[in-house]
Amino acid sequence: MTTPLLKVENLRIALAGDGVTYDAVENVSFEIGRGEAFGLVGESGCGKSITALSVMGLLRRPLSLAGGKIILDGEEIQNVSAAEMRRLRGKRIAMIFQEPMTALNPLSPVGRQIAEMFVLHQGANWNEAMDRAEDALRQVRVPSPERRIKDYPHQLSGGMRQRVMIAIALACGPDLLVADEPTTALDVTVQAEIIDLMAELCAAKGTAVLMISHDLGLVANMCQRVAVMYAGRIVESQVADAIFATPTHPYTQGLIDSLPRLGERARRGRQKLREISGVVPSIANYPSGCRFNPRCPAVTDVCRTIVPEATPLPADGLVRCHHHG
Amino acid sequence: MAESLLSLDDLAVHFKVGNALAGGIKTLKAVDGVTLDVKPGECLGLVGESGCGKSTLALAIMGLLPPTRGTMNVDGQQISGATPPDRMKMARTVQMVFQDPYASLNPRQTVRRTLADPLRLHGITDKEEVEARVIDMMAKVGLRPEQADRYPHEFSGGQRQRIGIARALILKPKLVLCDEPVSALDVSIRAQIINLLLELKDEMGLAYIMISHDLGVVEHVSDRVAVMYLGRIVEQGGWQEIFENPRHPYTRALIAAIPDPFHRAAISADAKARGEIASALNPPPGCHFNPRCPLKTDICTAEYPAFGEVSPGHRAACHFRERTQ
Repeated sequence: MTTPLLKVENLRIALAGDGVTYDAVENVSFEIGRGEAFGLVGESGCGKSITALSVMGLLRRPLSLAGGKIILDGEEIQNVSAAEMRRLRGKRIAMIFQEPMTALNPLSPVGRQIAEMFVLHQGANWNEAMDRAEDALRQVRVPSPERRIKDYPHQLSGGMRQRVMIAIALACGPDLLVADEPTTALDVTVQAEIIDLMAELCAAKGTAVLMISHDLGLVANMCQRVAVMYAGRIVESQVADAIFATPTHPYTQGLIDSLPRLGERARRGRQKLREISGVVPSIANYPSGCRFNPRCPAVTDVCRTIVPEATPLPADGLVRCHHHG
Repeated sequence: MAESLLSLDDLAVHFKVGNALAGGIKTLKAVDGVTLDVKPGECLGLVGESGCGKSTLALAIMGLLPPTRGTMNVDGQQISGATPPDRMKMARTVQMVFQDPYASLNPRQTVRRTLADPLRLHGITDKEEVEARVIDMMAKVGLRPEQADRYPHEFSGGQRQRIGIARALILKPKLVLCDEPVSALDVSIRAQIINLLLELKDEMGLAYIMISHDLGVVEHVSDRVAVMYLGRIVEQGGWQEIFENPRHPYTRALIAAIPDPFHRAAISADAKARGEIASALNPPPGCHFNPRCPLKTDICTAEYPAFGEVSPGHRAACHFRERTQ
């Protein structure tokens, strides 16, 4: 097998509290090949966003990297200097955030924010960079880009702002695009367009994607492989189609069963939705053993004491459950 | 035919926006001629993107915004721009469950106070009766009696939404407006709340208006569905007709936009809508959906289509409502 583009190994992220340190992310490992789209799914607080931030080298206090390796194209980047990281960000790895209004600079026209990428990373002069910014806007299908480059973020709609974010992120043709809930703030029809656009541009440029979302359906549409996180750990990872056909971890099964599916009522009549009992545990009192155990329908004594090891599944998949299969 | 609990006749809510000196005053037609009815015990799903007027319509039904035009009949009470509602009577008939359980509960009131205040305001002053009804209501939504003296911050999101539901139901209303009741909750909690809402509906004989952008949820809970676009209902019918045989291209676009991993192949590209919702200040001429519509022809820019019948109870405002694709 060739070297993966991104390899995250035993990542551990610490959250410093009042005199105590919690492990917000523990033992997270995954690989993303060149041009591959990889999805990281989980609920709020499960650690998926901070995993993305750690790849970008953007963890700030009270969060810090407590262990593990982040390897980009064969090189470890978890300890590189801030200056070196700045050179990587934007050029080799880029990020799209959930809320484009807060991620864009409100005081600068969007054309300038795109052009900045060419000036900073490719040494272009401003005139040339502005021309290229216009092209970049055209590529993300913003109508009349020649006028829009002078607009400020507040003059654009949510969908248009997210297109601008994509234009900025893809400006320098990065190898990896990290997309943290890129469409959560958008309407469904706009979401569909933005996802199509991202998928198309990344495929054309051979950009790999690390997609973070709470929406399993969305991730499965866009990504080839999916990992499910729960309370700071990856509990299951599989090929996207397989995760729906044969979900193995009780949490994944619960997530898939608990959501009403279109067409289901017409086929089978209205069934009571299968609930996952209980609530997501808070980081201060994660249960011992398997962290899903208080909510798990198949819980036994071993689940309460021993952390389950990863068991391999077909096609590079894995599951962490004592009772899988 | 059963008597309607709520009927809206050509209801419109317009706002004056802008400044007479700078640019002139414009009329924003947030809701523009909506005719709807809800029967006792029925669940009407109301779908549409942000900016389509769903929330304004909800506020009008709550009696919180006076209609600019048209009339509304809520359980025998006739309301129009000239005859404002009796607020106390309205509160005993129509209640609302809000989207964000973090923002919609008073952080300085205990659960008991939140639930008891409406009772006292509506003339139930006997301490024992108030207490009994509060505890009974808490049990109905799955909260324990000893939690009555806690404050909202001591509860998880799902439990807070249970408190919000209890508050809405404590006066035994006949109609409950649920405005995106699960979209702010963790994915694994949503099924619990949806099941709870459906149980309470049967138990207390409630009618719901379920406002949501999640079509999976709407299909699961609704008896009938109304689709809104730029202030008007563009399609209305039984849940099965809307989901199995949608006749408005906007309804088809909404359905096509759902990332459904189980029917990936079924999504046809020409069903998708292009672009974004127009501003309600300046709706396009003719059919409001025409700039985004795959079926657009000349007539669509010239005339607003009639809200014609497709089959009994199923209506669509499209010039091409006879086409099935």
